[in-house]
Amino acid sequence: MFDVAVIGAGVSGAAIARRLSAHVVSVALIERAVDVSFGVSKANSGIIHAAFHHEPSTLKARLEAAGNPMFDGLQAELGFPFRRVGIVVAAFSEEEMKTIEVLYARGVANGSPGIEIAGRDRILGLEPKLNPDVRGGLFAPSGGIIEPYRFAFALVENALANGVRLFTGWNVSAARRIADGWHIESEKGERIEARWVVNAAGLFADGVSALFGAESFTISPRKGEEYILERGCAGLPSRVVFPVPARNSKGTLVIPTVEGTVMLGPTAEEVGDKDDVSTTPENLERVFDLAARMIPQVSRRDIITSFAGLRPALPGGDFYIDLSRRAPRFVQVAGIQSPGLTASPAIAERVKGLLEADGLALPPKRDYVATLPRAPRIRELSADRLEPLVAEDHSHAHVVCRCETVSEADIVEAIRKGHTTLDGIKFYTRAGMGRCQGGFCTYRIMQIVARETGMPIESITKRGGASALVVGRLGAGGTA
Amino acid sequence: MHERRYDAVVIGGGSAGLAAALALREAGRTAAIVEREPFLGGILMQCIHSGFGIHEFGVDLTGPEYAERFIGRVLAAGIDVFLDTTVMEIRPRGERRELTALSKRYGVVRLSAGAVVLAMGCRERNRGNVAIAGSRPAGVFTAGLAQRLVNIEGCIPGRRAVIVGSGDIGLIMARRLTLVGCRVLAVVEIQPYPSGSVRNIVQCLNDFSIPLHLGHVVTRIAGRERVESVDIAPLVDGRPDEARSFRLDCDTVLLSVGLVPENELSRAAGVPINGDTNGPYVDADLMTGAEGIFACGNVLHVHDLVDFATEEARRCGQRAAAYLGGGARAGASAAQSKVAPGANVRYVVPNAYVPGRENVLYLRPMIVKNDAVLEAAIDGAGIRKRKLAHVQPSEMIRLVLRADEIPAADPARPNLMEVSIR
Repeated sequence: MFDVAVIGAGVSGAAIARRLSAHVVSVALIERAVDVSFGVSKANSGIIHAAFHHEPSTLKARLEAAGNPMFDGLQAELGFPFRRVGIVVAAFSEEEMKTIEVLYARGVANGSPGIEIAGRDRILGLEPKLNPDVRGGLFAPSGGIIEPYRFAFALVENALANGVRLFTGWNVSAARRIADGWHIESEKGERIEARWVVNAAGLFADGVSALFGAESFTISPRKGEEYILERGCAGLPSRVVFPVPARNSKGTLVIPTVEGTVMLGPTAEEVGDKDDVSTTPENLERVFDLAARMIPQVSRRDIITSFAGLRPALPGGDFYIDLSRRAPRFVQVAGIQSPGLTASPAIAERVKGLLEADGLALPPKRDYVATLPRAPRIRELSADRLEPLVAEDHSHAHVVCRCETVSEADIVEAIRKGHTTLDGIKFYTRAGMGRCQGGFCTYRIMQIVARETGMPIESITKRGGASALVVGRLGAGGTA
Repeated sequence: MHERRYDAVVIGGGSAGLAAALALREAGRTAAIVEREPFLGGILMQCIHSGFGIHEFGVDLTGPEYAERFIGRVLAAGIDVFLDTTVMEIRPRGERRELTALSKRYGVVRLSAGAVVLAMGCRERNRGNVAIAGSRPAGVFTAGLAQRLVNIEGCIPGRRAVIVGSGDIGLIMARRLTLVGCRVLAVVEIQPYPSGSVRNIVQCLNDFSIPLHLGHVVTRIAGRERVESVDIAPLVDGRPDEARSFRLDCDTVLLSVGLVPENELSRAAGVPINGDTNGPYVDADLMTGAEGIFACGNVLHVHDLVDFATEEARRCGQRAAAYLGGGARAGASAAQSKVAPGANVRYVVPNAYVPGRENVLYLRPMIVKNDAVLEAAIDGAGIRKRKLAHVQPSEMIRLVLRADEIPAADPARPNLMEVSIR
């Protein structure tokens, strides 16, 4: 019997599990996908928002403002890629400048540090690549960029080191009340019992809530398409560039990613299907038109890949984080769309508070280790640090992914941390994320996975399930 | 750490690197090849079909056979070979160049070289580059990756495939997949004409009854985990005609949508890159804009035939050897004049010529035409005309200008050579 079962290992669930791991409680972190962050979180835009978009009365505004300043400490502890590059909102008309004033007032009310209204010269000075037609805008220096999956991986890795148990490929299919908590079953018939349950199931939080007889609500997937441009291309801005927002979304952005590529997007489109992560030619056009209006140098010639993600939206658009009023010992963490990534550390604090208020004792863990030992990665090392490392182990000098400079040792590290799919290894190491998109490294990674895990090559998948990369071998059975 | 000093270091042990290194050694220079794979031969080693060596050897060879003819000589000639070794950086150091490489076998490797020959080849354009919409399931491969998986790793990539692009690698893979039991449902080509050679259309598609859809595009890839289908539509006025779109159920999509010279290392070394070829600008000696750094083969511009990559690389090795010797280079470079693409020509390589010696130019047309005329002119005065029965962008043209055809440079004029097709 666990003290707490957290359903969903996206950034919210991961942050909650890690936060609880500082206390003497047993925690199960349950993920439906084959790896952590493979749902909503992996397709996130990777922005640490600066608390000026949402009205101060909303829960999301409060948690965004509370979460933002926590990232410096988290980065110091966990070492994920994160930089506070600042956010610029570009206005192109007097009318848009009026909206800037509204955003500024919200930012001030929410406590966004250093936020300012900028005139044309000031905004162009802050982001020289902006379209010179810009009238002015907003500058929020506390905004930042992050790799969302690396953040989730780091949280989970640290949680595991502090005793949390992770169950991946575990799709909750039934739940029933037992004397002291909950009995939960997976699709495959596995069982977990827990005294408290936290529903951080993202797109599927509505279904999970129903299984536990808790509140009835509907999560509507809202799709966002994103396009990635090559590292160092002409369209790379130095800050996150936002348009003046539309009604139901923060708009299509030009984002300098923490790894030096450019991300354009997201779009915002209601879709019925929680599996629909397809991109469309129409949105490609739209995204580039919108992005080029802000940063004219963005070019379709620089695209290296595209993807789509789904936001788990609740009617009304706010977060729903509370103890269930219908199901006992059940905490709802639903509707966590933007700015959920920014808010996630504050969400974890709030959930911890709710559990405590509901009677869960949370004595501090004496041997809690907040920091994560960092395996050296060759792409992050200077020559004088690389040489002794290589002298010790030549697998650090075997360059498996040349676009992103990922070594065999980096790949092995990812595998040993439990990432055995191509996507898991990609998100963990960046191998295959560069300009050639795995054309060079795919078979090399497959060989290393086969060697390290003993898996036959045809059972290695892109992201679990039926996503096998190859279907068979030549001469299987011993004939040529 | 591993440190060595050579007259020349060649980066890449494929067809170009092998020929360049041999030419350097034959000219009496010490040379090393740095190769990131555990074997020499490059992409030739996964090209187990024939069609190589007609120009170079007068016989029809497979890729590995072609490579073996060079590898044996390279090893016998005393050229040092660093396998499993990836060059990370090239930088000038005094009169020489220093290379830093990482190697599974040797650890950190530092090489000092008088001359560097870039022969890293190219990479394949991928799905992102051509922005095919839809979902992102497993089962989408570039054709070269699929070729590697089948011919070197011994894997069968899928059971039912659609091939996007009719470049030669795509056509070869249509046949190869058929032979390993994967049904190839279609080859889809955006242009109204095939990108690959006529021979490959006949031998790889027609002989196996594989349909070729010219003037069509794949508008969507569908599938949650593995590819489940693709939508294909004819192009009308440059836009897919959705009304005539059709769907093919398949588990595999191969992309044969072009190659890009791999110049990240060159760029970082300060080598200026030509936007028309995506390879370095080179002078008549195939030296790039960075002193002492030469380029040849597919890193310079994408060749159709390995035989011509070999020829270019051999010349590159010879010129690099002359550069190391000093005298010849000083004389030649002083007399260089520019070459530029004229009408209907996408690019000409190299970007300069030298009067008084044979100049071999490679060029790529921008048009499809029968009974075309190729003309080279200096400052508007024709020096050579050649009739061509047929030209198309996918077929490179090789033009050899004899020493006696090229007038001595006139110091009062620009001496600009333009090559055009009409």
